[in-house]
Amino acid sequence: MKASLFITCISDAMYPRVGEAMVRLLARYGVALEFPKVQTCCGQPAFNSGYWNEARASAKTIIESFEDSDFVIAPSGSCTGMIHHYPKLFENDPVMLEKAKALQGKSYEFTQFLVNVLGITDLGATFPHKVTYHPSCHGTRLLGVKDEPLALMNNVRGLELVPLPHAEDCCGFGGTFAVKMSDISGAMVNEKSDHVKETEAEVLVGLDMACLMNIGGNLRYRNEPVRVMHLAELLYEGVKGA
Amino acid sequence: MSHATAPKGGATVKERAELALNNEFLRKAVKFTTERLKNGKLKAMEEHGNWEEWRERGRQIRLHTIAHLDYYLNQFVENARANGVHVHFADDAKDAVAISLAIAERKSAKSVVKSKSMVSEELHLNHALESIGVEAIETDLGEYIIQLAGEAPSHIIIPAIHKNRYQIAELLSEDAGEKLEADTKVLAGYVRRRLRAKFLEADIGMTGCNFAIAETGSMVLFENEGNARMVTTLPKTQITLMGMERIIPSWSDLEVMATLLPRSATGQKLTMYMSGITGPRRTEDADGPDEMHIIIVDNGRSLQLGDPEFQELLNCIRCGACLNACPVYRHIGGHAYGGTYSGPIGAVLTPSLQKNVAEWDDIANASSLCGACYEACPVKIPLHDMLVYLRRRKVEAGHGNKAEGAGMKGFAALMSRSGRFNTVVKLGQIGQKFVARDGGIRLKVGPLKGWNTYRVLPALPKKSFREQWGTLEAEIRAGLNTMSPDIKQRMEQAVQNRAKGGGHGHGHH
Repeated sequence: MKASLFITCISDAMYPRVGEAMVRLLARYGVALEFPKVQTCCGQPAFNSGYWNEARASAKTIIESFEDSDFVIAPSGSCTGMIHHYPKLFENDPVMLEKAKALQGKSYEFTQFLVNVLGITDLGATFPHKVTYHPSCHGTRLLGVKDEPLALMNNVRGLELVPLPHAEDCCGFGGTFAVKMSDISGAMVNEKSDHVKETEAEVLVGLDMACLMNIGGNLRYRNEPVRVMHLAELLYEGVKGA
Repeated sequence: MSHATAPKGGATVKERAELALNNEFLRKAVKFTTERLKNGKLKAMEEHGNWEEWRERGRQIRLHTIAHLDYYLNQFVENARANGVHVHFADDAKDAVAISLAIAERKSAKSVVKSKSMVSEELHLNHALESIGVEAIETDLGEYIIQLAGEAPSHIIIPAIHKNRYQIAELLSEDAGEKLEADTKVLAGYVRRRLRAKFLEADIGMTGCNFAIAETGSMVLFENEGNARMVTTLPKTQITLMGMERIIPSWSDLEVMATLLPRSATGQKLTMYMSGITGPRRTEDADGPDEMHIIIVDNGRSLQLGDPEFQELLNCIRCGACLNACPVYRHIGGHAYGGTYSGPIGAVLTPSLQKNVAEWDDIANASSLCGACYEACPVKIPLHDMLVYLRRRKVEAGHGNKAEGAGMKGFAALMSRSGRFNTVVKLGQIGQKFVARDGGIRLKVGPLKGWNTYRVLPALPKKSFREQWGTLEAEIRAGLNTMSPDIKQRMEQAVQNRAKGGGHGHGHH
């Protein structure tokens, strides 16, 4: 049974430590992730901006990358959510449409795979810190990932989870939105950081590095000493010492 | 008439948003009220207990009605005519205005009292009435306020949401010719007294229409102030403006809509008044108009009929829940959207009602596509998907941004070959040495300006994941734990479920 890592372009280039944490965590359960090197980006920047021909070029690369995988696992609800748009993207191409549907059916956001497929909620991790969690929009609203990360965090020893006020509000990233509508996006991320600050948490955790790059970048700009991590990183750090 | 010119505050959504973002009063007022409405809705949903089922039922009713709109419209018109209503059809705003003005002229009307109607805002009817010397008076409190201010509504159900108590007191004091205290009771009391006289002397009462019931040819209004009651009982003539999609088949369908609409709009179980009106006054009736007109307005709506990507837009019941849920709306308010309708529904509806793609502005870009609108919608309209379809249609029609188009060609070239992607990442790792400090880039030039005005961009680590993979893989394979039979079985089970067509769920449609 072949389980593959869909690293996503942002984690590949900017946050390789997230991929490493996923690979090492799953290896503890005997799941040896493969990494098809032909993969690139899910195509979401082009898709969301309306450039569907360009998005198809990217989507085709992803579909081909994982054709012979049984499980495709990504550290992002947004990039996994983009795969759910592939059937629409290829609705007029019967051959690609079938492949797109097949990929959609076997794609998982990291916590979906861990909790819903493998049935693991307690990794035996310890992380004695005050943590708040930002549920990213695409993961929660498009994929329905809500309980999985909470189940995982609730089983981490010493972890104090502080609810994030207005957690469901978008952080303002929105891909090219952050650049095109930078002032609106800036107002949104400022508000999100205000809420993070209110929790007095030491750590902000999430499931999407794009959102975390946005909030983390804003926190750093404002000199707020909050550590920003993907949940996979937190869990790996929590089991490493154990 | 100034309404035909570019929207107030700038030609682009960016310019208009800029104004709002620098207006602390507006942002505070909008945030305060949207939050109150949003929380009210959440509470009402919880108390209801079976919200998701009713929401699905509401969606099914709307889908069915719109799929058979010709049938139900015909049925509605036949029944309304049998009730003695004069029914008119208007293809566009010009037609609807002409029909309204002709009625006003025939009745030698001097004044028209209006209850809240977004369609009438869409038609800019007040200006048209004034141009032939007919006074048009808005009688919904919020509408009255923005009429005094010479503004358009900035929210579908709370037209003056962008104004605070003190700004409203100032406007009403000017209207009253005396200083009014910034107290809600005092202000509402003033408007009530002022409007009482207007109701009594008006020749025509004009309303919108929340729902039109096909089986009896009736129209239904939801309101909280009682002003629509006055508008539909006191003047001798009533004109109702309705979008052609307002139809529902039956009164039992109204039960579902009456459950969804007030709860979604304000968190109320039911509005203070719900009026069902079936034709003009009959001899045995105590009150009501002698003459009743219904103008059924298309004005771009039929463009969505038969369009698989946009037909669901006609399902909208104008509750405003998507505005209250939208994090963008909260920061920029309604006027930044530049059209009659604001928020997520406005961002989709405004271009959709306009056939000419060249005249679409960039309003569909003012969304982070977070999906809060879809989640809040009582009839599940996938607005976040429609925003993307609008962007695509603009690009396909050749009206995309030229620089962005070139950039996306580059993106496609880059992302169709992992080698190219890898090369660019490596170039970035080298190139950033000139700008990165302490693992961050703070430079505010070129494409980095927007991002770095609010954030620090992280620098690229020395090695990308794919550059580290060889070492990592070797390490993993060497120290891999054996898989427990339980996990193995679970993975096999997941693959089998897929083959059976089960798949794993996702929350979307």
